[in-house]
Amino acid sequence: MFERLLIANRGEIACRVIRTARRLGVRTVAVYSDADADALHVEQADEAVLIGPAPAGQSYLNQAAIVDAIVASGAEAVHPGYGFLSENADFARAVASAGATFVGPSADAIQAMGSKIEAKTLVAEAGTPVVPGYNGEDQSADTLAARAAEIGFPVLIKASMGGGGKGMRQVHRAEDFAAALAGAKRESQAAFGDDAMLLERYLTAPKHIEIQILADTFGKTLSLAERDCSVQRRHQKVIEEAPGPTVDAAMRRRMSEAAVRAARAVGYVGAGTVEFIAEGDDFYFMEMNTRLQVEHPVTEAILGLDLVEWQLRVAAGERIPFEQDDLEIDGHAVEARLYAENCRGKRFLPSTGTLRHVAFGDARIDTAIRDGTEVTVHYDPMLAKVVAHGASRKQAVARLDAALRGTEIAGVEHNVAWLRNVLRHPQFASGTYTTLTAEEHAEALRPSEDTVAIAAALLASTLGSADDSPWQRRDGFQINLPHEQTVRARCNRKPVEARIVAVGDGHRVELRDEDLHFERVRLEGGALSAHVDGKPLRVRLVQAGPDVFAMADGATERLTVVEPDAGAFGRAAEHGGRVAAPMPGRIVAVHVAPGDRVGADQVLVVLEAMKMEHSIRAPAGGKVATVHCAVGDRVDEGVELVGLGEE
Amino acid sequence: MATLQSSIKSSDPAFRANDAHHRCLAQELRELAERIAQGGDERSRDRHVGRGKLLPRMRVRGLLDAGSPFLEIGQLAGHDLYDDVIPAAGLIAGIGRVSGTPCMVIANDATVKGGTYYPITVKKHLRAQEIAAENHVPCIYLVDSGGAFLPMQAGVFPDKDHFGRIFYNQANLSAAGIPQLAVVMGSCTAGGAYVPAMCDQAIIVQNQGTIFLGGPPLVKAATGEEVDAESLGGGDVHSRRSGVTDYLAVNDDHALALAREAMGATPIRYRPTVETREGTPPKYPAEDIYGILPTDTRTPYDVREIIARLVDDSDFHEFKALYGDTLVCGFAHIEGTPVAILANNGILFSESALKGAHFVQLADRRGVPLLFLQNITGFMVGRRAENLGIAKDGAKMVTAVACAEVPKFTVVIGGSFGAGNYAMCGRAYGARMLWTWPNARVSVMGGEQAAHVLATVRRDGLEARGQTWVQAEQDAFMDDIRTQYEHEGHPYFASARLWDDGVIDPVDTRRVLGLALAVAAREPVTGAENRFGIFRM
Repeated sequence: MFERLLIANRGEIACRVIRTARRLGVRTVAVYSDADADALHVEQADEAVLIGPAPAGQSYLNQAAIVDAIVASGAEAVHPGYGFLSENADFARAVASAGATFVGPSADAIQAMGSKIEAKTLVAEAGTPVVPGYNGEDQSADTLAARAAEIGFPVLIKASMGGGGKGMRQVHRAEDFAAALAGAKRESQAAFGDDAMLLERYLTAPKHIEIQILADTFGKTLSLAERDCSVQRRHQKVIEEAPGPTVDAAMRRRMSEAAVRAARAVGYVGAGTVEFIAEGDDFYFMEMNTRLQVEHPVTEAILGLDLVEWQLRVAAGERIPFEQDDLEIDGHAVEARLYAENCRGKRFLPSTGTLRHVAFGDARIDTAIRDGTEVTVHYDPMLAKVVAHGASRKQAVARLDAALRGTEIAGVEHNVAWLRNVLRHPQFASGTYTTLTAEEHAEALRPSEDTVAIAAALLASTLGSADDSPWQRRDGFQINLPHEQTVRARCNRKPVEARIVAVGDGHRVELRDEDLHFERVRLEGGALSAHVDGKPLRVRLVQAGPDVFAMADGATERLTVVEPDAGAFGRAAEHGGRVAAPMPGRIVAVHVAPGDRVGADQVLVVLEAMKMEHSIRAPAGGKVATVHCAVGDRVDEGVELVGLGEE
Repeated sequence: MATLQSSIKSSDPAFRANDAHHRCLAQELRELAERIAQGGDERSRDRHVGRGKLLPRMRVRGLLDAGSPFLEIGQLAGHDLYDDVIPAAGLIAGIGRVSGTPCMVIANDATVKGGTYYPITVKKHLRAQEIAAENHVPCIYLVDSGGAFLPMQAGVFPDKDHFGRIFYNQANLSAAGIPQLAVVMGSCTAGGAYVPAMCDQAIIVQNQGTIFLGGPPLVKAATGEEVDAESLGGGDVHSRRSGVTDYLAVNDDHALALAREAMGATPIRYRPTVETREGTPPKYPAEDIYGILPTDTRTPYDVREIIARLVDDSDFHEFKALYGDTLVCGFAHIEGTPVAILANNGILFSESALKGAHFVQLADRRGVPLLFLQNITGFMVGRRAENLGIAKDGAKMVTAVACAEVPKFTVVIGGSFGAGNYAMCGRAYGARMLWTWPNARVSVMGGEQAAHVLATVRRDGLEARGQTWVQAEQDAFMDDIRTQYEHEGHPYFASARLWDDGVIDPVDTRRVLGLALAVAAREPVTGAENRFGIFRM
């Protein structure tokens, strides 16, 4: 085994690798950017090396800096984690040149699987099924129709040069094929000047099912069973489980064999994942990830293995001592990924901020966040993975839900309430969910505002401790009249107003259309407990400047208590021409200059936040009065970017 | 210090009867207050709101910090006083927190007779300014008034404590470093124009507030000039041309936000005049007071049971407990502020008066605010008492109370009769605030005694003229006296005339005193006196 391991990554996966390395008696070297100087992985590692400024391109993707760190620290091996340089063949070679062992497959295997088209051809030759299709020279209508019949309906016609949905048609019946083909060709010709078409089997209920592979350098390649990762939003996995709820033993065996064939085709060594798209009993190769997956803990849970341990052992040249038949699935495991994102919006935009409070429920928690952690635009917005294991799927899901329910995160918007909605959705319960489920049921899954928690937070804001001086107490005291007050706040960017009236020993809180009666209110230890209309309630409250975070049942509501602002009247009287940053990020393009005339919806500025570009558009037509930002500027949410005047 | 031990039994039938009686009085009071808080009649209110104006109590709430306490004074002023119904005398006044600083808010209620000033309105306005002056709290005037109530001009205009005194006070308050801020949210006509004009700063709502010495009708009568109110003295005129106002607001909400910012921009620094600490609640619930108080003011009870429910941790350092025991004296804290309490526990004898005089001097020397809990039928009378010189002993206590310079507060918790009223810091003795409980009675003597005294005097007169007085006539005569004393001794009668600052529910006493003491037990930190040269204006 190695004596010293460098982890070329950050966040939860770096902490995860350190945990196993420590157990195996391997010293760990962390690398970090300026932004991560106080990060948990730096604290947990035995040594840490600064590799550059916050942007990943200059730090965690900076091969030269990391190789320098390998050399300087004398690390014998490098674990790349996932993301960043983990699937970069050049990096694997650079590590080897530096005299260290890359914990992963060979650079050639990485390269072979790196090109999706090449990889498909390669594995198809090895006998692994790929999505049936036709991409031939013969473009005659008859040939295409015949091929379509072979592939089977529904079939997708795609323009070879295509993109953006142009020249694309779904065909569900053979008799509709000819007309659809003609339409697609016309569209393609007009859009791309070419009408070559390719055909592909169209999956209406696709599932994302993947096989975990583990291979040693002695030619043993094992399948560690499957994971169903079909709960996705924005084409990103959010909930994964093992084993797959729709996969029976026969299908598992067929998929395992196909995956092992694919891995062998590239001489794969270490832990890797073969991803399939599946529908019913059919499954087709999509790609192979030549690294540890985010969702590897569910496999660990059902097989009782530590995948990082086996990555290291294999890399150190050890033999896998167990056989395929030794692997038995024990129960069921489910993982939920907690993301810093706005799951009430349609686009799940990432959210940034300083975490003011972090607590998790009872489950395996892989995370690197804690109170005070800054969630920045520089890195992936995943906060934590919560993994629950149970004797049955039902039990595992129930445990996961309980752990999510006990999770309290303040400081950023997050998706815990959304995750809980997924777990309770009938399609999830039945296991029949597909990669389209989250989008198709977006409305049902969108978390509603927790009015009771909001009311509790607003009430709490008025309940000072009893030792407040008489004039500071916010009880709305009046002589001989009901003690009532109006608390105004902003919640989810909308104003809320609560009228709070003291009634006997309790309070009536009128909020929106609700009239809630709080009794037996106690505010202690940072939590408000009460009976609300007879039902017990407990809300964790964290104050950060003017903001109050109210956490209950996994959800967090952020409230900003506001006092009347005379300035607001002045602005209201002028013109609502303030265009502000909708989220924190970096300006990557400025399309207007003062004096420009712009139409409604015209793009003014492009903002990059967490690897996504957001176009900031004019709310109405007008003339640009001022431009407050330049390319490269880092801006906070709410900062004015452009001032518009009237024509 | 010693914790007061309560010995009440809540299961006692007398306790339960008392409890029911006093809860009922409190309920009546709250119902009356709710009616008063409505302001003018529905038509006036609808018309007011229809003009885009906020109702005056909403203006006050909008001005105060969210959730701030509001220590209203003179809530019952004008109640059943005139033929006209004028809730709260058409003027809401009280102390509330604005941008962190307790301020005296004085708001005209234009839904009550157009916000005009009756004699009692003037009296209330002046009382509010007096409280502001004594406690160094800034004044914010939310002006919306038609000026003097003309039919009663003789009771409003010319005397020392009439309308003119408002502006006299403004000048002198400002001179004393107490900020004066006006928010003009309606008319300020004639004398009323001086309210904003005499202020340090003034805010006006455009197309709503007006300031002029003579309104359009008077101008037309005087000079023949025809002019509309807005161009005569509207917000734009005064903010852009005349300079009478300093800030222009688009509506009530904006004006109140500007007032808050104006107060927040120049906060006053205060320093405490006594050592305060964190308040701790009493060991016994305030609600017990309902059951402790007898239904008849003449029934004795131990006033320490009340003190135990007012002071921090029910902790009371009693002075001279063994001497003059009809007056309970001692030190305690209320909501963290130290206070020297004098509470009646029976008739005042020579010893109790001497003890009281001693204790008042002691508190004054130590700078501890005084709190008088009045429940006094008077000084002892009779040959023995007079021969022992109770008049001069009583005078000692009256002198001490009159001359004490520490802040004084009085709560009339039962009877307040005769010279006892004076010795226990009645209205004439300069209490910074004086509150009354709904069960209290205030008169020169009890109705029963008055009936007997007047009947005796009359009978003696008749008999001296050789006439006789039949018993039935005497009974009727005495009944009339009793009825008159009961009516005039009622706390609503007293409060309507501003003989106190308000009638309060006994359970709110600690909260009210805590607020009052907190503003009294501090003084502004004043910078170097600045003397300007003469400006040529």
